[in-house]
Amino acid sequence: MQKYAHFKGLTIPLLLLLPQLAITLVFFYWPASQAVWQSFLLQDAFGISTEFVWFENYRLLFSSPEYYKALVNTAIFSVFVAGLSLSIALLFAVMADRAIRGAEIYKTLLIWPYAVAPAIAGVLWIFMFDPSLGMLARGLRSLGIAWNPKLDGTDAMTLVIMAATWKQISYNFLFFLAGLQSIPKSVIEAAVIDGARPMRRFWTIIFPLLSPTTFFLLVVNLVYVFFDTFGIIDTVTGGGPSGATTTLVYKVFSDGKGGSDLGGSAAQSVVLLIMVIGMTAFQFRFIERKVNY
Amino acid sequence: MTVKLTTLASVAAFAMAAASPALAQTEIQWWHALTGANNDVVVKLAEEFNASQKDYKVVVAYKGSYPDTLNAGIAAFRAGNAPHILQVFEVGTGTMMSAKGAVKPVHELMKDAGETFDPKAYLPAITGYYSTPKGEMLSMPFNSSSMVMWYNKDAFKKAGLNPDAPPKTWPEVFEAGKKLKAAGFDKCGFTNAWATWANIEQFGAWHNIPLSTKVNGMEGFDAVLTFNKDPMFLKHWTNLAELQKDKTYDYSGRTNTGEGRFTSGECPIMLTSSGFFGNVKANAKFDWANAPMPYYPEAAGAPQNSIIGGASLWVMGGKKAEEYKGVAKFFTFLSNVDRQVKLHTESGYLPITKAAYEKVKASGFYKDKPYLETPILELNNKEPTDNSKGLRYGSLVQIRDIWSEELEAALNGQKSPQAALDAAAERGNQMLRQFERTAK
Repeated sequence: MQKYAHFKGLTIPLLLLLPQLAITLVFFYWPASQAVWQSFLLQDAFGISTEFVWFENYRLLFSSPEYYKALVNTAIFSVFVAGLSLSIALLFAVMADRAIRGAEIYKTLLIWPYAVAPAIAGVLWIFMFDPSLGMLARGLRSLGIAWNPKLDGTDAMTLVIMAATWKQISYNFLFFLAGLQSIPKSVIEAAVIDGARPMRRFWTIIFPLLSPTTFFLLVVNLVYVFFDTFGIIDTVTGGGPSGATTTLVYKVFSDGKGGSDLGGSAAQSVVLLIMVIGMTAFQFRFIERKVNY
Repeated sequence: MTVKLTTLASVAAFAMAAASPALAQTEIQWWHALTGANNDVVVKLAEEFNASQKDYKVVVAYKGSYPDTLNAGIAAFRAGNAPHILQVFEVGTGTMMSAKGAVKPVHELMKDAGETFDPKAYLPAITGYYSTPKGEMLSMPFNSSSMVMWYNKDAFKKAGLNPDAPPKTWPEVFEAGKKLKAAGFDKCGFTNAWATWANIEQFGAWHNIPLSTKVNGMEGFDAVLTFNKDPMFLKHWTNLAELQKDKTYDYSGRTNTGEGRFTSGECPIMLTSSGFFGNVKANAKFDWANAPMPYYPEAAGAPQNSIIGGASLWVMGGKKAEEYKGVAKFFTFLSNVDRQVKLHTESGYLPITKAAYEKVKASGFYKDKPYLETPILELNNKEPTDNSKGLRYGSLVQIRDIWSEELEAALNGQKSPQAALDAAAERGNQMLRQFERTAK
């Protein structure tokens, strides 16, 4: 019994694979290997003097308290952003999925923020919450809340979490809505006939059937908070105050670009790469088992 | 598709042919970081130079913020196509001068090109920042400023303070801040922009206190930061942290993004760059003035002299002799007395030559506009000492971030002022040691 279509010889399959392989090599493996190589070097900004230092960049990295602080920041930031943006988006999607008047308008409006670039999202939030410029910040102050993200680390972290979450809700909403709409109506109607209340219907039928979408979004969201949020952090807080909003990816950016410490920055990106690979592997290995396709 | 591509190619070829001038002009690339009115100054200077002669053409390109421009220059050098002239902010001086082969020192450039060049014609307080300890000029000062104390005269009247006798010392500023706070400025009695420039770099020079060994890094990259051991620094940081609690002092961020708090009237006293002038003039809807930075009267020799900020023009290495000749001619053009007078009086940048300063002074210009002379008086207050010539550290961009982080930690009470100062020096020293190894 032959199950698969077969090519005779290796030439044609290899030729067909070649474009994809070439792209992966040039745009992924080549830069990644450069980063690994750079992480073993100590080099001045202009690339005039280069010294091979083995693991010194890594040793410095793991002996620096700021790095562990960034690690903790990243953990807090990613748990909050991924958790909040997923749950709020799910709530919105469930609400918008019901047959209500003007549902299309709500859907469209909820998707809009996704079209806003991260840096612009950051600026919007600055305008609202900057201690001296922001309207909402003035409101908070007049309520007697000492709001000052320029000096208070918790305020600053709250601000970047809000901005990053706001930005991601639309994307999650879109996928959740599509997921909800693909759940067969007959299953839900059957549950209604059996007398299941809305909450019970949601947790026992809708949520499990939505799990492939949720799982996909979890992976995508974690990658988003790990890599794509530095534009927001850069515009809103610049990693401050006192490093309170410096996440791992922001540290890679600020050490490498602002500080011209290419070796240290490369070492950080290698560590970050390994962490994200590990995390994604973990998700596929253990969480995916709970997903019903 | 093929047709389209060919058309495109021929159009491009035609455009290129049309763009190349009939005369073989030598092109000189100048990358800069100035926006708004200051960008116009750069463009106008290039236009005037290009109109003044036929052999060279200066082409300007805006490359983003100061750090962005520096990074663009570095990346271009690594890729082998650096511009001829790169505008680098004063913080990048250490990085640039350590890059042997990547830059061509200005004194060498002028000598090779046979241009008349007298380093003594320039104001020492300005060129000192960009020269070797032997006095050889490494880069050409372009836009220079210093730090002054801007204050809101209307607010002073409201608080019962004399608007014509601004506070001179820090204790007087604290008192004024408290009175202003009581008079309704309850969110911010006084503040500063450029957190570390104000509270470390200028503070050290103005009080004649070294920040590190080796003449603040000017005499070698093996400098070790020592300012954390100085009682004046501890006193100042302790005062700020104390006054931050009830907002007599309020922190306004690491760069100049908080400057709007002065022009909006929120903060009646702000220490920031003299280059803030254009902005104040355009946006402040109240009577304003500026005064020299405050000092602690108990510090011996204070006030000493201030140091400059702003940027200078670096000449990149590995270019043709003919191109260098053009750059040298452009620098001579830039140093011309009348041009400097015009630049200074119109843009508010400091004049870089003595002759230009004397000419403006003689014209009586400062009688109407004393605020433009304040930074010059500060810079020339006394003969610069080893502690007030300027500072030159590698990775200073990153060190400034570290210093800001520690100052923030002291102000929000996470660390004691002494612990914050110690961490600022220790972490700064780590950066310096790493830089020292790469800058051989």
